[in-house]
Amino acid sequence: MRITSKAFKSRAREKVLDLSARQRYRGATQHSVEARNRVVQDVLNWEELRETARILKAQSIEQLADLLQQLEEHASANGIHVHWAETDQEACNHVIEIARRQHASLIVKSKSMVSEEIFLSHALEKEGIETVETDLGEFIVQLAGELPFHITTPAIHKSREDIGKLFANKLGVPYTSEPTELTKIAREVLREKFLKAQIGISGGNFAIAETGQIVIVENEGNARLTITLPRIHIAILGIEKVIPRLEDLSTFLAILARSATGQRITSYVSLIRGPKQQGEIDGPDEVHLILLDNGRSDILADRKMREVLYCIRCGACLNVCPVYQVVGGHTYGSVYPGPIGSAFTPLMASLEEAKDLPYASSLCGRCAEICPVKIDVHHLLLWLRRKAVEERLSNLFERLIVQLWCMIMKNLQLYRIASKFARVLQAFLPKRDSVLPVPIWSKSRDFPRLAPKTFRELWREVED
Amino acid sequence: MRVSLFIPCLVDQFYPQVGLSTLRLFRKLGLEVVYPSDQTCCGQPAFNSGYHEEARKLAVRFLRIFSDAEYIVTPSGSCASMVRVFYQDLSIPADLQQSLDRVKEIIFELAEFLVDILKVTDVGAAFSARVTYHDSCHLLRELKVKDPPRALIRNVKGIDFIEMPESSTCCGFGGAFSIKFPEISTAMLEEKVRSIQRSGAEYVVASDAGCLMHIAGLLLRSRIPIKTLHLAELLAVNLR
Repeated sequence: MRITSKAFKSRAREKVLDLSARQRYRGATQHSVEARNRVVQDVLNWEELRETARILKAQSIEQLADLLQQLEEHASANGIHVHWAETDQEACNHVIEIARRQHASLIVKSKSMVSEEIFLSHALEKEGIETVETDLGEFIVQLAGELPFHITTPAIHKSREDIGKLFANKLGVPYTSEPTELTKIAREVLREKFLKAQIGISGGNFAIAETGQIVIVENEGNARLTITLPRIHIAILGIEKVIPRLEDLSTFLAILARSATGQRITSYVSLIRGPKQQGEIDGPDEVHLILLDNGRSDILADRKMREVLYCIRCGACLNVCPVYQVVGGHTYGSVYPGPIGSAFTPLMASLEEAKDLPYASSLCGRCAEICPVKIDVHHLLLWLRRKAVEERLSNLFERLIVQLWCMIMKNLQLYRIASKFARVLQAFLPKRDSVLPVPIWSKSRDFPRLAPKTFRELWREVED
Repeated sequence: MRVSLFIPCLVDQFYPQVGLSTLRLFRKLGLEVVYPSDQTCCGQPAFNSGYHEEARKLAVRFLRIFSDAEYIVTPSGSCASMVRVFYQDLSIPADLQQSLDRVKEIIFELAEFLVDILKVTDVGAAFSARVTYHDSCHLLRELKVKDPPRALIRNVKGIDFIEMPESSTCCGFGGAFSIKFPEISTAMLEEKVRSIQRSGAEYVVASDAGCLMHIAGLLLRSRIPIKTLHLAELLAVNLR
């Protein structure tokens, strides 16, 4: 996975200055949250549903190896070619091999975070194979040459004017900022691609071990076309996507659509069982399932952090995150932004490469509060901070400060002396606005002065 | 009933009046109040930055000092949640495990203690002003305390209580977060201050000195004439 999270801090510093962008992110994310809150109410017991979903996910992850074996067996029996990929490179190679065998020159893709994770389009373009994103948001992001801004709504950072300009620029169409017109333009471009493409690539929201089915939820019908029109279909899924039974799906469909887009159910739910059977008129002749590890087994081995594998990529934690709302998705430098991305990215790449991310949270806990599978996101970030300190990734200055502080707090005598000393120092400072010039803090906010007397001193006076 | 006061370091150093207000309030309610004077910090700043070893030392110290208390009450949702929720992640030595189990049961944040334990929602305070309430993240989401502070505020005589939009959105303080990412933290604070302003309140009340220090930081810097008030201070004004 390619990440540029080292630049998180410098990007964030710039990003927060763009007030109109901030307003746009805030508006878009709040809109999603409001929609989510409305449809959550019509579930008789939402908390129970969350709990059920969490237990199902936890059980699936605990018995992942077994479920994957079942999935492979049943999918193969259905006529699906199952491939295993340990790394992003291996996954890309599987796709390239299939494409070469078919002499494919054009591939249509439906939205898939895993394909973003392995930079699949990039790898295919390098092979000279045109790869077209067909989800409207992804189509926009691809035209702009960007990463998705959000897990479920990849282009929310763009205004309709931005999109109008982008289309005029890249597609040579007359400028318009009318959403209906813009959608029509995209549809015309994409319809032709759908008809010509030799291969369709999708991700998958779930894979069902018991039946060998791949499940895809979407709203635009582009995934349905991607699955059914081209002769070959390739679905790429992270290994954590497997769930035990078909009947478990109802729980996940109910929470995923509500949490992600505030819908009771998405417009399309496709279950792929295998290639076209004799006598059927629709569907691909060949179906491939690529199961990607790419670091997930290592995460599984970490008892504490394996919880991140429960994630169903609804994006709700991004929508409620006050940090995400002010810095936006690209700042994180990972295809998985926001709170869950801050927990996931350091595990996928390395803590060193993404060491700012676990700290990029005020620990307000809104992410955990909304997560439909109850991932304790902010507590996992705390755990990663601990790992960072153990691996000595924190800087020396910080370590010294914390140690000095701890020494003072452990010893009442020292605490008293430090209190007195700080007050002596403070007396020498200029009295301007009674602000204590605390580095970094005071640039944008006033810092209070130390009280003339501490509580413990005042307590003694009251007692006497 | 004997209450052991746990006064967070921030209150001890910057806002001792919050501690004094808590004390006054408890005395008025007829409680016996003690202040174990060896106390310093619960260890949260170290813990939140990932320094478990340092945090553990302070947690051990805290448990030794408070283990024989009847009730421990603190005017801070954040510090109470450190002890109740996070101490268990610190690999506390086995000989202190029992103390931890006990301390977790007897430690309360102020509003929670008044409403849930003492069953008091009207402390007899009077304050004529238009007031809004900011939910401190730890109090709301770690301790799940949402209504008690509101009930207490509503029962202050003469008060005009208004909910601000997005009262439960973080102010951007987050301890070391406010210094590690000052720009993000300040941007979050700007949004918070806008919400406070939209409520039309003259005072913003919260249950944690950290949030209040942060919010006041921008109110003062931007010369916005809204004042900050800790819940303890509000409940101790003009006690009847």
